[in-house]
Amino acid sequence: MGILANSGTRVLVQGITGREGSFHALRMRAYGTKVVAGVTPGKGGSDVDGIEVYDTVLEAMEAQGANASCIFAPSSSGADAIAECIHDGMPLIVCITEGIPQMSVIKALAEGARTGWEGRLVGPNGPGLVTVGEALIGISPAGIFKKGHVGLVSRSGTLTYEIVDMLSKAGIGQTTCIGVGGDPIIGTTFTDCLRLFEDDPDTKAVVLIGEIGGSDEENAARFLHEGSHKPVIAFISGRNAPAGKKMGHAGAIIYGRTGSAQTKIEALKDAGVVVVDKLWEIPGQLLGILA
Amino acid sequence: MQLLEHQGKALFRKYGIPVPEGRLAQDAEEAGLIASSLGVRVAVKAQVLAGGRGKAGGILLAEGYEEAKAAAAKIIGMRIKGITVREVLVERALSPAEEYYVGLTVDRSRKAVALLLCRSGGVDIEEIARSSPEAVYYRALPPNDELHPFKARRMALEAGFDRARILGIGGIIANLYRLFMGEAATLAEINPLMVTQEGKLFAADSKMILDESALDSTLEGKRTLAESKDDELERKAIEKGLNYVRLEGDIGVIGNGAGLVMATIDAIGLNGGRAADFLDIGGGAKADVVRKSLELLSEDKNIKSTLLNIFGGITRCDEVAKGILEAVGAGSLPFTMVVRLAGTGEDEGRRLLEESGMKIAATMDEAAQEAVLAAKGAC
Repeated sequence: MGILANSGTRVLVQGITGREGSFHALRMRAYGTKVVAGVTPGKGGSDVDGIEVYDTVLEAMEAQGANASCIFAPSSSGADAIAECIHDGMPLIVCITEGIPQMSVIKALAEGARTGWEGRLVGPNGPGLVTVGEALIGISPAGIFKKGHVGLVSRSGTLTYEIVDMLSKAGIGQTTCIGVGGDPIIGTTFTDCLRLFEDDPDTKAVVLIGEIGGSDEENAARFLHEGSHKPVIAFISGRNAPAGKKMGHAGAIIYGRTGSAQTKIEALKDAGVVVVDKLWEIPGQLLGILA
Repeated sequence: MQLLEHQGKALFRKYGIPVPEGRLAQDAEEAGLIASSLGVRVAVKAQVLAGGRGKAGGILLAEGYEEAKAAAAKIIGMRIKGITVREVLVERALSPAEEYYVGLTVDRSRKAVALLLCRSGGVDIEEIARSSPEAVYYRALPPNDELHPFKARRMALEAGFDRARILGIGGIIANLYRLFMGEAATLAEINPLMVTQEGKLFAADSKMILDESALDSTLEGKRTLAESKDDELERKAIEKGLNYVRLEGDIGVIGNGAGLVMATIDAIGLNGGRAADFLDIGGGAKADVVRKSLELLSEDKNIKSTLLNIFGGITRCDEVAKGILEAVGAGSLPFTMVVRLAGTGEDEGRRLLEESGMKIAATMDEAAQEAVLAAKGAC
């Protein structure tokens, strides 16, 4: 089980003929992920180590039944790659690309909402996701994961690896680990992931790794406050970081009292979440819960 | 990237938003000359990226060559929130009858463009928003290329703006929206939007932030970004292509991934130390990036020890180790190095460093403790 992807997920890789795209496509396949196609405009008809390359997303979907896309396109064409997937009704889009302008992601998502697209975008600017033992979509190092009953959702890539490694070494396995992405505008939020984990019978507890900025952690806390939920352990990084660039008055007016490590920690604690001060306290807390 | 007032106003002009007549001066003499050529009472305004300029004495009124020159001499060189003033904007002083607030920003949660309007603009806008939130009009706008002036006028009416002004204000809001979308801004604020005694509208101040991802990555784009930084090392970092922010402590921090770097800074804090910087080498960094990073930190005289914390995914620990050895080989580093490596290429990275006599911390916590101890010992 797990969420978002499983052994039945058929992945196409956008930007597969690039250095990053080909390297990670093969690593994903080596993990056991069904990598069924690649897309690079102009390179249709070629292949990458036996993976057929198509010119368009639509062709790859029709020919290979791809139902998820992993985007490695360069930042200048990342939003176009997302828009193409949305246009063709791709159910799951995982965008690794970093540095896509915020407004072009907002535009692509608004177009999706206008046309009734019912899929989901994970990222941009994240490591992707792993349903342990079934599918790895993205760039996470495969060796650190261990199958088990903890779901993990995080805004940071390397911090996710750090924590997953700690959990696995402590004997605590995972269901699905998702990096939602570090950009201000992302598709899938903490709240979306918590909702999905709530419905996943294999997931017994969730680890949430937040950081300063925005209000996604506060929104997640509000969701958790609404009803009973599985145990959640959280860590917020950036307590000692300087106050970020002040977003003028407009930012202060919209976000009000959110965005700092303190507001996030308080909101989560109010919602019954265990918030640890130190990263390395997470395995101990989980062992207590799972026992 | 945050823009200075005069840069923001140049964009306002480009998009047809009225701004007071004025020019930028690099020294007192020039400020005096601008004032005499304008021939009216002027405001001499410090150009720094810091709030509370006026309260800090960074805005002075003057009339004529001598007064403006004296005002500029006072302001240039002054420090406002740690930033030295290098330039002043000299512009026609306005006599306000009314001051409005108009702002556009990206609303992260709603994934839309947020329009904010308020009848009472000025420095107290945040206080007003807190004490009487109903006084601030909010509207989430879809990401289109334009906002029709007639819609903007209706919004201005709903916000309670003076009926007699909505024709002009509607046009300004529509133009600000065009600017926001056209220049890939994440914030565009006119505060205050001034109605003068004569009934004319002017953007009296500008606050703008542009999306750095939308800046072209050409040399020109890089230079513009570098010029927006007040700190010399931050400017150098941009030229070297490094993601660096200077902080005030004495422990250098380098890591891969923003979250991990922030968590490393926090771990130093938990152990009683203070980080000197935030430096993220990103994913897949090669040896030369690590070497350049250490070279950059070598220029910060406050740093007594440096913690390099890597969890390798696409980044290979052996590449990182090579970079450390290159930096060490090129000349002795002026601080104690504490290294923690884990993940891809860990064994090879450790071997390389241990062969050259460097110790490697086993965990992040241990590394943070060692870095704090080393910094204290160096005092």
